[in-house]
Amino acid sequence: MFSAIRPRIASVVAKPAVLNVVRPRFFSQAVVARSNIASLHTLTEDESLLKEAVARFAQEQVLPKVQKMDETEQLDKDVLKGLFEQGLMGIETDAKYDGSESSFMSAILTIEELAKVDPSISVICDVQNTLVNTLFRKYASEDIKERYLTRLATDTVGCFCLSEAGSGSDAFALQTRAVKDGDNYILNGTKMWITNSGEAEIFLVFANVAPEKGYKGITCFVVDKSMGVKVNKKESKLGIRASSTCTLNFDDIVVPATNVLGEVGKGYKYAIEILNEGRIGIAAQMLGLAQGAFDATLPYLFQRKQFGQNIGSFQGMQHQYAQVAMEIEAARLLTYNAARLKEQGKPFVKEAAMAKLYASQVAEKTASRCIEWAGGIGFTRDYPIEKFYRDCKIGAIYEGTSNIQLQTIAKILEKQYSS
Amino acid sequence: MSNLRILVATKRVVDYAVKIRVNAAGSAVETANVKHSMNPFDEIGTEQAIQIKEALVKAKTGTAEVIVVSCGPAKSQETLRTALAMGADRAIHVESDEELQPLAVAKLLKAIVEKEKPDMVILGKQAIDDDSNQTGQMLAGLLNWPQATFASKVELGDKLMTVTREVDGGVETVKAPLPAILTTDLRLNVPRYASLPNIMKAKKKPLAKFTVADLGVDIKPRLQTLKIAEPPKRQGGKLVESVDDLVDKLKNEAKVL
Repeated sequence: MFSAIRPRIASVVAKPAVLNVVRPRFFSQAVVARSNIASLHTLTEDESLLKEAVARFAQEQVLPKVQKMDETEQLDKDVLKGLFEQGLMGIETDAKYDGSESSFMSAILTIEELAKVDPSISVICDVQNTLVNTLFRKYASEDIKERYLTRLATDTVGCFCLSEAGSGSDAFALQTRAVKDGDNYILNGTKMWITNSGEAEIFLVFANVAPEKGYKGITCFVVDKSMGVKVNKKESKLGIRASSTCTLNFDDIVVPATNVLGEVGKGYKYAIEILNEGRIGIAAQMLGLAQGAFDATLPYLFQRKQFGQNIGSFQGMQHQYAQVAMEIEAARLLTYNAARLKEQGKPFVKEAAMAKLYASQVAEKTASRCIEWAGGIGFTRDYPIEKFYRDCKIGAIYEGTSNIQLQTIAKILEKQYSS
Repeated sequence: MSNLRILVATKRVVDYAVKIRVNAAGSAVETANVKHSMNPFDEIGTEQAIQIKEALVKAKTGTAEVIVVSCGPAKSQETLRTALAMGADRAIHVESDEELQPLAVAKLLKAIVEKEKPDMVILGKQAIDDDSNQTGQMLAGLLNWPQATFASKVELGDKLMTVTREVDGGVETVKAPLPAILTTDLRLNVPRYASLPNIMKAKKKPLAKFTVADLGVDIKPRLQTLKIAEPPKRQGGKLVESVDDLVDKLKNEAKVL
């Protein structure tokens, strides 16, 4: 009942890894080089404090409601309110817009910690921060930022409306049209598979203003629900059921030209760039899912006895959970490194794709194994383990299917290795 | 307009959820590489101080300055940062790697009280590592201040606090003029989480450091721990057929009658 906030002092300057480089004798000098680079496990003090706070919030406020939210396919209003109150829906947003003014890595850690308890809640937070907020922060005019960022940080859910019935991976084949009419645009079309759309009041809609230009007509519009967005069919899903995934209809919606995000015709560019970053968020979600499943299952292996011993001490089991733990660690390092590369301003597209691809694979394998290790209990809805298995599949599908990730990585390698 | 200065004492202890073990030497509980956090009763104390401040600001009758203090090794700063992230205004770290028993802590806190001149000092009723339940009371004795311990409710009036205490016989209400000592019990409040914006704000809050020598206090331990041992392992229960059988077993086997 008492859960203390448990910060760890993470050394900002970590223990140096000592590289002893002794130069050959004939230079008659022995030179010792030292590296001050910290391991990827290193977090700043703020990041550690945040990780602990989110973990505690997730355990106390989210965990008791997970099963019900999954069964009823409904996001609990108090959980959503809690996310806003903790400052977790505007993690990187400036303080002048009532955001938490924190780092990208803080967002990644938040997404991971939430996913350990409920991947649905994690994705709601992920979309709000890494897709919606980031689009506003990077490309919106000051006027649009003032009108929307505070709402998004304090009480309003946003969503990213790109996919349609006829365009998923082939995103730029979208059919939603925006026709200029004086100072407005008239939007017509249908979006499908939109996360958060059941709760959202703010919609970032990608529509084409000039289909004859192909993808170069795609423009991003900021649409308020009050402009007439119709939220239809909520999908009944295998997993992440507490996260709403709906079809949206736009019938002659009037959007002021002042609500164009960034520049007309640049929407395709914004979408690609945002999704590259958002990928790292999904990697963090899958990572948290894997870790959460693992943490929920391993203690059981040392409680359940068969043939006179803990099932966790049979060598067959030992080999399996050692293998899975190694793969989770590898997924963690890929994810954290992609996040740190992005923070540093270095190229990260390949690493982000690798992180998302690998983490989703590890999540699936981990969840699958966890059910097997827990036996009959693992297969029962009364226990939390089977939910992780259902939730993991989406990792290979959204924000770029696994095949698309492979394409992305391959294209970069091709550029690198061909002359 | 009332402006209060509240000093909150906190301690870094082994986290309540950890399964503690006796160390190899049998001399103490194993604390190396074990998760630590703020003593839960101190969290309640920090929360109470912040709530008092918020109530004053909301009623527009004044404000409060919440100062958290912790005595201990360098890692005690983690505890202080948590308190700052909850909403305390500034922190004081009395740094020492020596063992600090309740009397020593009370003397150190007295020195801090003499520097800061707070209107209230809030402590947890006891720390969950040693369960001493002494520091608050000793501090009140050293300062010659009134004390209200095991508080489950606190109301502040004009230079007066009314405290409902949970005691063995039930609940008791006491009034004490400020400055006074308060120790918190479980049901006083539910501590808040450190929200992300507050964690970011905490970075800018001041943290002052003192050594024991700076404060001129004798912290020599007065108590010596002779032995630490784990409690005996639980035995299985037995079913009894009749009351006579039960009495016989209680008398002759368990030897409690």
